[in-house]
Amino acid sequence: MKNYDIVIIGGGPAGLAAAVSAKENGIESILILERDKELGGILNQCIHNGFGLHTFKEELTGPEYAGRFIEQVNELQIEYKLHTMVMDIRADKVITAMNREEGLFEIQAKAVILAMGCRERPRGALNIPGYRPAGIFSAGTAQRLVNMEGYLPGREVVILGSGDIGLIMARRMTLEGAKVKVVAELMPYSGGLKRNIVQCLDDYGIPLKLSHTVVDIQGKERLEGVTLAEVDGKGKPISGTEEFYSCDTLLLSVGLIPENELSGGMGVELNPVTSGPRVNESLETNIEGVFACGNVLHVHDLVDFVSEEAKAAGKNAAMYVKSEGITDRPASDKGKKPCVRLKATDGVRYTVPETIHVDRMADTLTVRFRVGGVYQNCFISAYFDDERVIHKKRPVVAPGEMEEIKLTKEQLEKYPDLEMITVKIEEA
Amino acid sequence: MEERNLICINCPMGCALAVTMNGTEVVKVSGNTCKRGDIYARKEVTNPTRIVTSTIRVTGGDESMVSVKTKEDIPKGKIMDCVKALKEVTLNAPVCIGEVILENVADTGTDIVATKNVRAV
Amino acid sequence: MYDYDVIIIGAGVSGSAIARELSRYKVNACVLEREEDVCCGTSKANSGIVHAGYDAPIGSMKAKMNLRGNAMMEQLSKDLDFPFFRNGSLVICLDKKDMPRLQELYDRGVANGVWGLQILMKEEVKEREPNITDEVYAALYAPTGGIVCPFGLNIALAENANTNGVEFRFHTEVQKIEKSEEGFILHTSQGDYRAGYVVNAAGVYADHFHNMVSDQKIHITARKGDYFLLDKSAGKHVSSTIFALPGIYGKGVLVAPTAHGNLLVGPTAIDIPNKEGTNTTREGLDQVLAKAGMNVKNLPMRQVITSFAGLRAHEDQDEFIIEEVEDAKGFIDCAGIESPGLTSCPAIGELVADMLRDKMRLEEKEEFIATRKGILNPETLSKEERIELIKNNPAYGNIICRCEMITEGEIIDAIRRPLGARSLDGVKRRTRAGMGRCQAGFCSPRTMEILARELKVDMQDVTKSGGASKIVVGVNKDTI
Repeated sequence: MKNYDIVIIGGGPAGLAAAVSAKENGIESILILERDKELGGILNQCIHNGFGLHTFKEELTGPEYAGRFIEQVNELQIEYKLHTMVMDIRADKVITAMNREEGLFEIQAKAVILAMGCRERPRGALNIPGYRPAGIFSAGTAQRLVNMEGYLPGREVVILGSGDIGLIMARRMTLEGAKVKVVAELMPYSGGLKRNIVQCLDDYGIPLKLSHTVVDIQGKERLEGVTLAEVDGKGKPISGTEEFYSCDTLLLSVGLIPENELSGGMGVELNPVTSGPRVNESLETNIEGVFACGNVLHVHDLVDFVSEEAKAAGKNAAMYVKSEGITDRPASDKGKKPCVRLKATDGVRYTVPETIHVDRMADTLTVRFRVGGVYQNCFISAYFDDERVIHKKRPVVAPGEMEEIKLTKEQLEKYPDLEMITVKIEEA
Repeated sequence: MEERNLICINCPMGCALAVTMNGTEVVKVSGNTCKRGDIYARKEVTNPTRIVTSTIRVTGGDESMVSVKTKEDIPKGKIMDCVKALKEVTLNAPVCIGEVILENVADTGTDIVATKNVRAV
Repeated sequence: MYDYDVIIIGAGVSGSAIARELSRYKVNACVLEREEDVCCGTSKANSGIVHAGYDAPIGSMKAKMNLRGNAMMEQLSKDLDFPFFRNGSLVICLDKKDMPRLQELYDRGVANGVWGLQILMKEEVKEREPNITDEVYAALYAPTGGIVCPFGLNIALAENANTNGVEFRFHTEVQKIEKSEEGFILHTSQGDYRAGYVVNAAGVYADHFHNMVSDQKIHITARKGDYFLLDKSAGKHVSSTIFALPGIYGKGVLVAPTAHGNLLVGPTAIDIPNKEGTNTTREGLDQVLAKAGMNVKNLPMRQVITSFAGLRAHEDQDEFIIEEVEDAKGFIDCAGIESPGLTSCPAIGELVADMLRDKMRLEEKEEFIATRKGILNPETLSKEERIELIKNNPAYGNIICRCEMITEGEIIDAIRRPLGARSLDGVKRRTRAGMGRCQAGFCSPRTMEILARELKVDMQDVTKSGGASKIVVGVNKDTI
């Protein structure tokens, strides 16, 4: 069995940034396992621009953004295996993987970084009634067909879901010659960025119908049309509002789910809200030495934040490996000293991380979260037990955009008996 | 005097902007809650531009398509002309990130460059 | 004109089981199927249940076939290598007042010859199935109840029939049947066929073909059932098949593990005029949702990965019609094959083959091959065997479907074997690639490439399920 200090599961943006960071923090023995034919993950099919404004201070396309990190991985001579599927990870960090050349093989890691990303929610998860013909794609599948393989999935398109992938695909399909008839969104607001609504829909005269959903799918072999209807406040279709759109293609952009089957299999505890692992300030899961970052942890909207999070995970994994053998290393004091718990409430759906060991945290810790609705002129507040310590005014917050607060070690050290930090939205 | 309505794209606020125009001259921007809205509105009504990204077929490579973009943003009205100009282009691998694929696409003064490496096989 | 001794209309489980049993004999037989593959009608969208046999009226053909089919299934699953498990079934009684009806089922089962039936009281039920509702009063336990992969069963039967010489013609729709001197002329979308004997195993269309040759009309109604399929993470929610006690609330829905470890919830029972109406409906899905939790608690309906609808071929007399048509000698009906049709199919195959053997004085073939090896599932191998397999054939080291962990090797096998897959759905039914939680989002472009390569067709000609179901319609910028 081969041994590595750190094995990274997934060579997408999270895995790449984690690898670079682990190397820069002094770990030599690193392996990235990637199931696809190349590094870069889903960025390779995101050929649109808008990536990297935070990380590189310039606007890049997905492949270019991935390319920057791949270059670093190559320069740092970090080892990786492509076409390699991880079949199983055990709690003792033995990884079983498979590829054509090496067959089925095991690797022992000292630390594991989970960076498997996410998958799209399929039609079935939405219970859309109707037939099941060809021509129904998740937006990402269509994106791969068009951008990587050069095939057009259809000519007349309806898109359900106004998440960013759906909006981006509306423009892509238009520019490749398809007619995008309408984008329907179940919620009364779009889950995508304003910029994408303007530049992907408005630029091409594609209507966006909020509070609408698909209520029927017609066509036995190839899709022939869909029926849209308006929904009420509870998301139930309103009878009498049905409208038929003839089309040969329905793209679904209805949400992403972190891919945590491997994590679950090894005993990593998951948060039902994010479907991602529960982590502490080090982005470490309930299994010591197993870290998570990127979309497998919680779904991000900007890759820049994935890279930032992965950088922290890589650094923390490096510190974990380097502290091996030291009996009083901070990682082993779980249970001795109670950690600070974070609670999400009043419009805040979750926080990453969920616990903080103050002695182990970096000088500044970013707590990321999402809100459950659109709030205008509100405050994002953090209470240290009963005392309100952070009270940040925000003109608007929305579920489509990830929020954050920063905590400093200095600040937390002032509250030695702190048990709980409550993060909430407070209306003005 | 003519008024044009826009949605600001700079942040999730999505301010509804109203731009008062006198011919091609911007007289007033209202509805914005910050300076960025004003800048965006003035550019968008006088000279709206976009980066265009697309794909081009490649032969002899480890990929059958390569992604490309306009090196700088081009006038919004030229987007379709730009895409049409790419229709007939086929490349031979290898292709490198940043390589100029097509100069002065659709007379925009901007080049089309590759955004991905494709190795020859 | 194509000439055969026997033509079977329909390549569902009935037609395929008949073809397989008939292939024991020296006979020139052919199956005509209007779809692109076997298992495309009722056989592909049902509960996958092997019934114990207490439902059907005493002495009925349904009861007879059910018991015989149930008894044959285990050996058949070994001979033909398809997934079958005897997981037992429970009929849940929620109210003491309803006990007479549970007792009635028990008595009928005993009269039908069902082995091992037991009425369990609440504690015993809860012990066996902790997720049964706390409202449970008692349950009828049938240890002989089972679950089978309907695709696996259908495909195994057809493959084995084909290996033993029965031909299968796909995309061949029978349009008109005429009686002739030597039997029947079948006019199809692919030319004319002549046969001395015709077996009508046409599912919801069996009445249509029967009525072409007989003055004694029969009538089949398409009875729609909507289902939810849940992720494998929910597959162990129950271990037995959980039925509702039919009664005042109408027929309830069942909750059952599938032979591949998912959880199935459904079906509805709605009679529809359209025999092509395999669409799910809002009303149907809502009905299943409303009834789902009646007998089983904490059903994780958030884990639904797909919903689908199937049509049962319900005959007006509520009975299987498996007999030679009186006024059309040589035309054998196999009609009204709804539940327990899947369970019964091995027995139906045997019965019809026996009928034909006797009428046609068929002789047994010495070279009949009674067993068939299914697609190799590498997960059933030891680690060493799997390493060896990949060494010999690297395609088994290449995972295509991430959710079900299906390799390229399995997909190639599915395409190359007898009556191999021709479409994404064909691959899916044979290997489960695309049947998992992402519902083919990741693997369909890859499976399309393999299909295109193996079948030597363009990517643009790869279909989801044959015919006009093409997946991509052109190339980038082809119309601008």
